[in-house]
Amino acid sequence: MALLQIAEPGQSAAPHQHKLAVGIDLGTTNSLVASVKSGEAVTLPDGEGQHLLPSVVRYLCPLEKQVGQVARDAAAEDPYNTIVSVKRLMGRGVDDVKALGSEAPYKFVPGDGGMPFIDTAAGNKSPVEVSADILRSLLDRAAVSLGGDLEGAVITVPAYFDDAQRQATKDAAKLADVKVLRLLNEPTAAAVAYGLDQKNDGVIAVYDLGGGTFDISVLRLNKGVFEVLATGGDSALGGDDFDLALARHLAAECGLGDALDAGSARYLTELAKKVKEQLSSDAAAQLSVNVDGQQHDLSVTREQFDDLISGLVSRTLRACKRTLKDAGVTVDEVQDVVMVGGSTRVPLVREKVGHLFAREPHIDIDPDRVVAIGAAIQADVLAGNKPDSEMLLLDVIPLSLGLETMGGLTEKVIHRNTSIPVGRAQEFTTYQDGQTAMAIHVVQGERELVEDCRSLARFVLRGIPPMAAGAAKIRVTYQVDADGLLSVAAKEMSTGVESSIQVKPSYGLADDQIAEMLKASYSHAQEDLDARALREQQVEAERLVLALTQALAADGDALLSADERAALESEIALLRQTAAGSDTRAIEQGVAKLAKASDEFAARRMDQNIQRALQGQTIEQIEEKN
Amino acid sequence: MDISKNFFEFFGLPVSFQIDQTLLSERYRELQKQLHPDRHAHLSDREQRLSVQYTAHLNEGMATLKSPLRRAQYLLLIEGIDTTGESSVKIDPMFLMQQMELRERLEDARDAADPFAELESLGEEVQSELAGLRRQFDQCYLSKALEEAAAVVRKMQFLEKLLLEIENLEDQLED
Repeated sequence: MALLQIAEPGQSAAPHQHKLAVGIDLGTTNSLVASVKSGEAVTLPDGEGQHLLPSVVRYLCPLEKQVGQVARDAAAEDPYNTIVSVKRLMGRGVDDVKALGSEAPYKFVPGDGGMPFIDTAAGNKSPVEVSADILRSLLDRAAVSLGGDLEGAVITVPAYFDDAQRQATKDAAKLADVKVLRLLNEPTAAAVAYGLDQKNDGVIAVYDLGGGTFDISVLRLNKGVFEVLATGGDSALGGDDFDLALARHLAAECGLGDALDAGSARYLTELAKKVKEQLSSDAAAQLSVNVDGQQHDLSVTREQFDDLISGLVSRTLRACKRTLKDAGVTVDEVQDVVMVGGSTRVPLVREKVGHLFAREPHIDIDPDRVVAIGAAIQADVLAGNKPDSEMLLLDVIPLSLGLETMGGLTEKVIHRNTSIPVGRAQEFTTYQDGQTAMAIHVVQGERELVEDCRSLARFVLRGIPPMAAGAAKIRVTYQVDADGLLSVAAKEMSTGVESSIQVKPSYGLADDQIAEMLKASYSHAQEDLDARALREQQVEAERLVLALTQALAADGDALLSADERAALESEIALLRQTAAGSDTRAIEQGVAKLAKASDEFAARRMDQNIQRALQGQTIEQIEEKN
Repeated sequence: MDISKNFFEFFGLPVSFQIDQTLLSERYRELQKQLHPDRHAHLSDREQRLSVQYTAHLNEGMATLKSPLRRAQYLLLIEGIDTTGESSVKIDPMFLMQQMELRERLEDARDAADPFAELESLGEEVQSELAGLRRQFDQCYLSKALEEAAAVVRKMQFLEKLLLEIENLEDQLED
């Protein structure tokens, strides 16, 4: 029976309208998009019924590109224009990608600030742009499948991604023109998909071995709250490395040296991938290798393959042990081990993980789809479709955030596995008499020496009044938001001189670069852009008016005096009027004005929430009252 | 603003070194359900920003109250004694001697026949020392012997640091 919804007086029925939101798993090898349809999270297929989109982009000429399987099929034939595993390049500098060597056989061109661009038939492409092309392909698929405008997307990232890699992913989304509802850690997404089915409270470990990244997360599930206790991993270790190890073995068997041309290297890697997949079910694989006009018939046994990858698998196990220690739980306390990522199909991986945790890992959920499914479930909640959902995801930062102090040492400001969002301040001082500026070098990592950590950003605080060494007090504040993204501010305490940055990774794109690329990607004329800007402001105004109207209906009587309420209501009416017009700038100002006017009310509501939480009331009880 | 309250009040718990960990976790989850940015994702930007601030405060509070050392330091901070920075508190020589011995054992563990067993037994010893110091702190704090309590905190810092170094060495050896 269909239930009809009746709006309460004064409340709009609009919030009950189902908002379209998707979860996107932007993987190293394959990507997926999923959405909640009729109450169930499902991955969305393309026109041919394929759910997995190979994360491969081939640039044919400036205006033509292929994304997905067609591009993958051309990988060996057109290696320089066909970009595979671009995720491994995200947030990385020129030196990092050079270290990848034969894994990334592209023609790199250094860009501003050391970010690598790839020289292709369509010009120089940054990894962010390549990722954006993959995202666009998935978003187009979602638009066709869901038939409507998207509210936004939850995009998953490896839990072990550092700030630069996260920022690069968010930039790719900006370029693909989709609102990021949240950057969600892949193992957490998998836990959601898994945990919501099980309804069991307790500690679970998620072992996520993808194409290019490895994560291990330990979570505590408690009545819909997924609390990540600790996370660990390696953002440059995955199934690709299994393929490369096997490809090197094959090259040696054929008597080929290390100096393979890009096409042959790609060919051998693709061949190795197939052999690896066959060895997941068979004890041995026969193959013939055709290089330099010669055919080599070879056989690889599973034992040989296990030997080739056992060092890599051991690395993941060490990370598991460390993460358990960080989480403060023993192996016995872990109730379930969930396997995620295509590479967990490798028998040796399953065997070793099972052995470490002394229990059979769960392999019953599709390891390729589970992350996208979990992301779709959270996207549905964040879009506001599930106001009474108990689900809440509490995550942590994977790597310590710190700054460089004298002698090239790292001082940690926020330690790894700290719950986010988080803000922390630390005071530093000058080391020279009369020092008037201080260079702040933001780094991420666990090592003592700055050179062993990842450099995230540099900025300078100027205008410190000349004082004796050690007399100035500089407060440096680190803020990490719910996406795991960092911003840093520095302030000289006696004068109040301030400087702050949203940490833009040393190897990232600048905001104006993104704006420029976004503009170039529009074929629209200026009017279209103007119309778009107007619509965006109108949506913003509608969102604010709606949120406030609901808040007033719920708490207006209890938290505001009659005068306060009347003042707010007249501001709302004013913005409604402005938003009906077409003056983009006026609407923007109106939104800012109303937001400011409602600030105190928002704060009182938040305080009330705290009181309710402490009184032990459940969400349902509160919602009933409202 | 509730954010100006001390962490104990924020969590609705008595200001005390003894803490009910189960209740603390429960309160934490309840507060998260009210304050977390995901709960306010569909509201105005301002409410979202406010929610990020509150949740950061909540997380900081949880981290502070959960750790015995940080909880002790925080209790003293409420009383106006800052033990988080450089300290001039005098440590009794006996304790320092004992610290040097423990550190020597840490150094020697690297070359021991079974370094992991050695590190484990060292770790256990430090833990039991810490447990004793925690009891001592509680008594000092309750009887308002705050200077004495500060000296105990200083000792706790030494031992916590040692624990960290034991862990680091374990990690190094495993690699």
